Amino acid sequence: MLASIFGIENNGMLALVALLTGIGLVALALLIAGLISPRTYNPQKGEAYECGIPTRGVSMTRFSVGYYLFAILFLMFDVETIFLYPWAVRVKELGQGGLISIAVFFGFLVLGLAYAWRKGALKWK
Amino acid sequence: MFDFSIITNWIHDFLGSTLGMAPWLVTTVECVLIGVGLLLAYALLALFYIYFERKVCAAFQCRLGPNRVGPMGLLQSFADMFKILIKELITLKHTDKFLFALAPYLVIVASVLAFACLPWGNGLQIINFNIGIFFLIAVSSIGVLGILLAGWSSNNKFTLIGAMRSGAQMVSYELSIGLVMITMVVFSGTMSISGIVEAQRDTWFIFSAHLPAWIAFIIYLIAGTAETNRGPFDLPEAESELTAGYHTEYSGIHFGFYYLAEYLNLFIVGGVASLMFLGGWMPLHINGWEGFNHVMDYIPSVVWFLGKSIFITFIIIWFKWTFPRLRIDQLLTLEWKYLLPISMVNLVFMTLCVVNGWHF
Repeated sequence: MLASIFGIENNGMLALVALLTGIGLVALALLIAGLISPRTYNPQKGEAYECGIPTRGVSMTRFSVGYYLFAILFLMFDVETIFLYPWAVRVKELGQGGLISIAVFFGFLVLGLAYAWRKGALKWK
Repeated sequence: MFDFSIITNWIHDFLGSTLGMAPWLVTTVECVLIGVGLLLAYALLALFYIYFERKVCAAFQCRLGPNRVGPMGLLQSFADMFKILIKELITLKHTDKFLFALAPYLVIVASVLAFACLPWGNGLQIINFNIGIFFLIAVSSIGVLGILLAGWSSNNKFTLIGAMRSGAQMVSYELSIGLVMITMVVFSGTMSISGIVEAQRDTWFIFSAHLPAWIAFIIYLIAGTAETNRGPFDLPEAESELTAGYHTEYSGIHFGFYYLAEYLNLFIVGGVASLMFLGGWMPLHINGWEGFNHVMDYIPSVVWFLGKSIFITFIIIWFKWTFPRLRIDQLLTLEWKYLLPISMVNLVFMTLCVVNGWHF
């Protein structure tokens, strides 16, 4: 039932083919562009495209903490939602017992969101 | 119904029996065929979308859009592609060279892998894991890494701000997409993409799962628009503030990769929406209307899939040219205080529907 195109059953190999296709697409386009695109040298071209005058300082620096806060929140919730997948597939067979146990788990997830909300973590600063 | 597996099986037999190739050689030839097909479909769809977006945008703004190159401007995107290929690839002085070169690979690979998961037609699906939906989510989130790397390695303030905004936005809206997918997995009881399509043979999920599916569909459309960094959620590349956002420093075909991946991600969002809600390649069937169903079966499955996906992407393009851009705090509030709680409640609602049998 899970056989893919050409009746190939090894999906890992097909994923590898798709991966190589992606890499090949970029490499091929870069090769063609490298062959037919012009190359001229001008010191101004190497500068960052920001404003007319030379850039001050480096940009690889510390950044507003607001973004990291959301990244940490995302990490928690994403891992928690991943644990819901195995249950989601078998929800019909598990019946009441599965429903109660997932309700406890889901309750923690909701509590987590409520806590973050209450603490003001969801407010952009 | 037209079945592509007959053609692919014939090719398989032709290579194996008629030409007498060894099994490993047959598999290699088939893999090459898949790769070439994938590449062609990817490039052609991207070119189609560039043209389509420009035409749709022009129609909304009472303009004509591209109409000089070829009939009705159809060759315009081919000309654009060729032009972008002959542009110089500028090497910047202060960039992190390795990461700068790596970022486009990540973005393209993520979208090609997700692209290969889509159910193209009857017997025409490439990657078909039994955990297909999970694989789809996993590979499509690699794209964020590429965008973050692009912004960081460029050593430019605009790109860094663009990448940070994009990162925050994409990871936030991924939560809603994940919950919506779990909602539909609860209903279908399988994570395999072909299984989900097969389960919609009689009625599409948007009809059979009624209210929770509609809520999930609307959340998916909003979150999908945000996932692809398109307007009204196009803060990462807000032209008036950040020149071009995270890809400011990329020139020539390097920039082209981001352009390509953006349009393909648009198609993938449409494709996944049609897979989960509108039946993938399944024709429209109404229970009891035998004659009608038979007529619908005559329309090829690829046409159904492309038609549904392009219709959904048309809606997303419509959003872009209708709504004004949000601010970053509004964007994050929308996700964390509205979409995420609503999709959690919706998941509970769907579970109740499935357990109690409140569906068709």
